[in-house]
Amino acid sequence: MSTTTLPATDEPVRFFDFDEHPHPEGYSTMLGFWIYLMSDCLIFAILFACYAVLGGNFAGGPGPKDLFDLPLVALNTAMLLFSSITYGFAMLGMAKGNKTQVLVWLAITLVFGGCFLGIELYEFSELIHEGAGPWRSAFLSSFFTLVGTHGLHVTFGSIWLITLMVQVSRFGLTAANQRRLACLSLFWHFLDVIWIGVFTFVYLMGMLR
Amino acid sequence: MSHDPHAHDAHAHGDHGDHGHGVEIPHGSMRDYVIGFVLSVILTAIPFYLVMERPFSNGVTAAAIMAFAMVQIVVHMVYFLHLKPKAEGGWTMTALLFTIIVVVIMLSGSLWVMYHLNANMMPMVDPSQLP
Repeated sequence: MSTTTLPATDEPVRFFDFDEHPHPEGYSTMLGFWIYLMSDCLIFAILFACYAVLGGNFAGGPGPKDLFDLPLVALNTAMLLFSSITYGFAMLGMAKGNKTQVLVWLAITLVFGGCFLGIELYEFSELIHEGAGPWRSAFLSSFFTLVGTHGLHVTFGSIWLITLMVQVSRFGLTAANQRRLACLSLFWHFLDVIWIGVFTFVYLMGMLR
Repeated sequence: MSHDPHAHDAHAHGDHGDHGHGVEIPHGSMRDYVIGFVLSVILTAIPFYLVMERPFSNGVTAAAIMAFAMVQIVVHMVYFLHLKPKAEGGWTMTALLFTIIVVVIMLSGSLWVMYHLNANMMPMVDPSQLP
């Protein structure tokens, strides 16, 4: 019935590996974490789309020009950018196997991350005191959702950062801890990438509206 | 396994497993981080300046700050996230490209649909005009 010609060898032709290879522990973690980040990217894309659609609906309330304080946003951007490069220095310390350098730079990163969160919470509380809370208009609802989700990510990133500082100080730069630091590095830099979108589309474009 | 066999040789330090394929930890150099940081500062300062001082019209400013954001995202991807086309056998880049395609379709589609609602709706009969 079958007319397929096979090469005249005793070995059956195989197109797949049937046997599991031995893999080092965590060999797929970096790719898996990257795919998680891409899915996170989709969450932010949805929130950006919401903001793009709803951002012009002020319901007679205050608009971006009345509310946003660009110097404060510039300061916030600087904090996140500084925290990005200090995390990079921690990763360089890790590549050298220098535990103290890793811990010091992680602590500095945490301080910058904390400053970012503090400034953002100050901004939010000012807005709410002015009566421009998320309930005021569709513009403010989508603004608080988008910027707040980013802030929540930075909060959880900071908690993760503290956890890893404890891990590294107790167990040193083990292979597992190096992998975790590399994942958090991706996460932290990814949040900075999202912030580029936030300050451009929300704050700067808002002032042009 | 799809790891670059030469990547392992670059790891003079750290314990990345003792056989052929270790776990790849992406890392840059001091030079990468400093270049990325300086470029980011420039690419952030210019859009803020353009919006605060308004040397150009609104349309030009909007186009310019969008362009600066795009460039800065690429700078971050290259110098901070160390994205390489061949990393993980190309799967990192594949996932990124897929995400970019989905994001572009979703953003442009949402805007197109939502800003053309009037034109895209079925024509409605005005009851007051009925005989």
